Order: sequence, then C-alpha cells, then structure tokens
Amino acid sequence: MDDRCYLEVEALSAGYTHPVVGPLSFSVRLGDILGIRGPNGSGKSTLLNAIAGSARIFSGRVVKRPGLRVSHQQQGALPLNDVPLSGRELLGLTGATGESLPAWIKPCVRRRLDRLSGGQLQFLQVWACLTAPVDLILLDEPTNNVDPPGVQHMAEELTRMRSSQAAMVISHDQRFLERVCTRVIDL
Amino acid sequence: MTVNLSVLIDPLFRLPFLTGLTFALVLPVLGMYLRLREEWLAALAFAQVAAAGSLASSILGLPPQAGALTCACGAAALKGWIARTGNNGYALLMIAGWACAMLMLANVPIAEHLGHALFDGQLYFTGIGHLAIALLFLGATAALLPWLSRPLLLERMFPDFFRASGLPALRYHLVFDLLIAAGLALATSSVGVFAAFGLVFVPSMIAYRIGPSWRASVAIAAGSSLGAYLVAFAAALLLDQPFGPVLVITLAGLAVSGWLVLALLQRRAATNLTAAS
Repeated sequence: MDDRCYLEVEALSAGYTHPVVGPLSFSVRLGDILGIRGPNGSGKSTLLNAIAGSARIFSGRVVKRPGLRVSHQQQGALPLNDVPLSGRELLGLTGATGESLPAWIKPCVRRRLDRLSGGQLQFLQVWACLTAPVDLILLDEPTNNVDPPGVQHMAEELTRMRSSQAAMVISHDQRFLERVCTRVIDL
Repeated sequence: MTVNLSVLIDPLFRLPFLTGLTFALVLPVLGMYLRLREEWLAALAFAQVAAAGSLASSILGLPPQAGALTCACGAAALKGWIARTGNNGYALLMIAGWACAMLMLANVPIAEHLGHALFDGQLYFTGIGHLAIALLFLGATAALLPWLSRPLLLERMFPDFFRASGLPALRYHLVFDLLIAAGLALATSSVGVFAAFGLVFVPSMIAYRIGPSWRASVAIAAGSSLGAYLVAFAAALLLDQPFGPVLVITLAGLAVSGWLVLALLQRRAATNLTAAS
C-alpha cells in the first residue's frame, strides 16, 4: 500500500447477524470521493460501518493505511437525549473549524443542539465530520433534510478538501453524487 | 425550638464545612459526565458498594475510607473489564452493596454505629484527614477532567470516531469509572450515601434542563450544588438536624422549584404566542 492509498477493501462481505453486503473490492486514494448508491437494504450503511469497525466482517478484509484518521457521519439524528451541547461545542469535539461555516448557519452554533431544526442539526453533524482534521471522511446520506444552500455548501467543501483528503459518500441524491464524486459504486 | 446563630461561625465546624464544600463542588461536575453516559445509577451503586466496603474495613480493624475506596474502585474496574454500558450492571452493584451492608449491620454489633453514620452522613465528625483527602481528590479531578472531557463527549456524539481511526477509547472510560468510584467512596465516608448520590444526580439534572451549552451547564451544576450545600449546612446546624437528609431535601426542593419555574415560563411563553397570533 503506497502513501496515497488510504483504504483497500478486498472481497469484503459484511453485515451484523448475517452478511448483507458484498463481496466487494475497491480502493480509496488521496483525492478520491467515492459515491455509493443502491436501493434501500442493499447494505450501503453496513459497508461504511464495516470500514468504521462497527459492523461484522464475515469474509475478506479492510486494510487502512497505518495511522489513518477517519470521521464517520452516521445516518439519522445525533443521540442528543437532552445533552446540553451547543453547535460550536459539537464542531470543537471533532476538531472541525467553524471559520468556513456558511453565513446562514453561523447564528445557530451558539444554540443548544436540541433547540435546532432537523436540517440545521444535520448540517452541523455533517460539517463536524467534513471539516475535521482527518484523512478519510465517511458520510451517510449527508443531504437528508438539508435545504439547497446547505447541500451547495457541502458540495463545495467536498470539492475543496480533495487536495488533502478522501471521502466515501452514500446518497440517494443522484445530482449530488454526480456533482461531487470522482467515481460511484452501485450496490 | 431555639435557633443559635453562633454555631454558624463556630471553629468546630470549619473543617467539616470545607470538606463538604469540596465534594459539593466536584461531585456535580462528575455527575454531568455520568449523565452523559446515561449511567447516573452508577452514583448510587458506587456509594452503596463503598458503604459496604467501609463497614467491612471497620469490622476488620482497618481504616474505613481504605475499604470504601478499594471496594468502589474494584467495582469500577470490574465493570470496565466486563465493558458493558448502561445501568444494569450498576443496579446489580447497588443491590449487592446494600445487601452486604445490611447483613453486616444485622450480624456485627461494631458495624452498627458506623452503618448509621454512613447512611445518615457524618459530616460534622470529619477532620483534617477527610479534608486533605477531599482536596486531593479535587486536585486529581481538576487534572484529569480536561483530558477526559473531549473523548467522553466525542464518544457520546460520534460513537465511531475512535474505533474508525483505530484509537483506544477504553482507557478514558476506565479512568473516569475509577474517578467517579473514588469520589463517591470518599464522599460517602463524609456526607453519607444518599447525600453523595444527591450531589451527583440533582444538580446535573437541573443543568441538563436549563444550560445553554456544555460549559455553562457544568458551571450551573456546580453553582446550584454549592448553593444547596450552603443552605443545607446552615439549616442542619441551626435546626440541629442530621446533615445528609437536610442536604437531600434541599436538593430535591431545588429541583422541584426549578421544574415549577420552568413550567410557569413555558406556560407564559405559550400564552404570549397565542395572544400574538
């Protein structure tokens, strides 16, 4: 594995109680934005979970570059349960920068996360992973509930980070995938 | 009943006051992180196990605080080794600790006095040794919490963050478990089982409800706890009542008052909104 190769997936079959995705083989290199699409239940989220280490690998293997730093935005709302965390504090947890935040979301970062709308919360969750100081970003349906300006900013940030990072993006938004991804895997 | 205000400035109560004040500052802050992990029952579990350890030590002729600390930290290490999250393990520890303590109380006469002191709180009988240990614990918490805070919050909000990068997260949980176990063991020996539990549980509950951010909520938890402690300490002395129950009633009163004020504010806001529309 050379320095520019971040991840190699070899004949991977993954799931929880039984395999739900695979066998799959691919690699992710610096500058790649790999899109993953497929119908509901095809194992898109399971694939990302297997790479992140929270799904079971039944056969094959996932090889990460030693020291690879990974952020993973999981599908669905954050597990808030009344935790009094502000948007700014959420960004600070992953080491994400709030400087490049779009103007429309900046007033929200001082508020508690459980006082935000679903779309605002989703955007901050994605931004916390997207602008974290990591090598590989895993995004699972990042555009869910987000207004067009937010989707636009995500796409711009994904394009900008390609010089130093790589990403894998699951989305049902075909136009978003076509705009940001360097290649797409169909499951 | 006559109220003697001079007891409030009696030098006899200075060391107990400072010992309790130290725990009233540090336990609510730890309670914020216990609640973050949804493991608030740990506070009562460790307090009960510490009480049982303290009784066992006194029966064996050893220092009660050493037994409390050993048993509570042992329970924390066992829980960390089993690596189960949630309150089930803590519920088992709590009932086991309570049962052991009750059996010792029932069968060993020497344990009876200490048993009552542990459950009622024996703050007025604490000395320089208790204060020194409390301050040591405060220092350890102040040193460790900045290192623990971000990983504990990060693990809660992004559960995959450490695992995905192959970074170990268990050490943070184990150190926090040991810290909370040690804190409750030491606090139980000074303020009693339920007062220690109350200091962990109630201020953090209030702060979670009204805090505008994590940092502010930690300050609210510590501030409300210190306020309740000052009121309870003075009330217990002036009314000649046991400290532990007075503190618990004060904390409960604070929580109920907070709920009532919030409910009134929410009702008023809803009325204004209806009138405006």
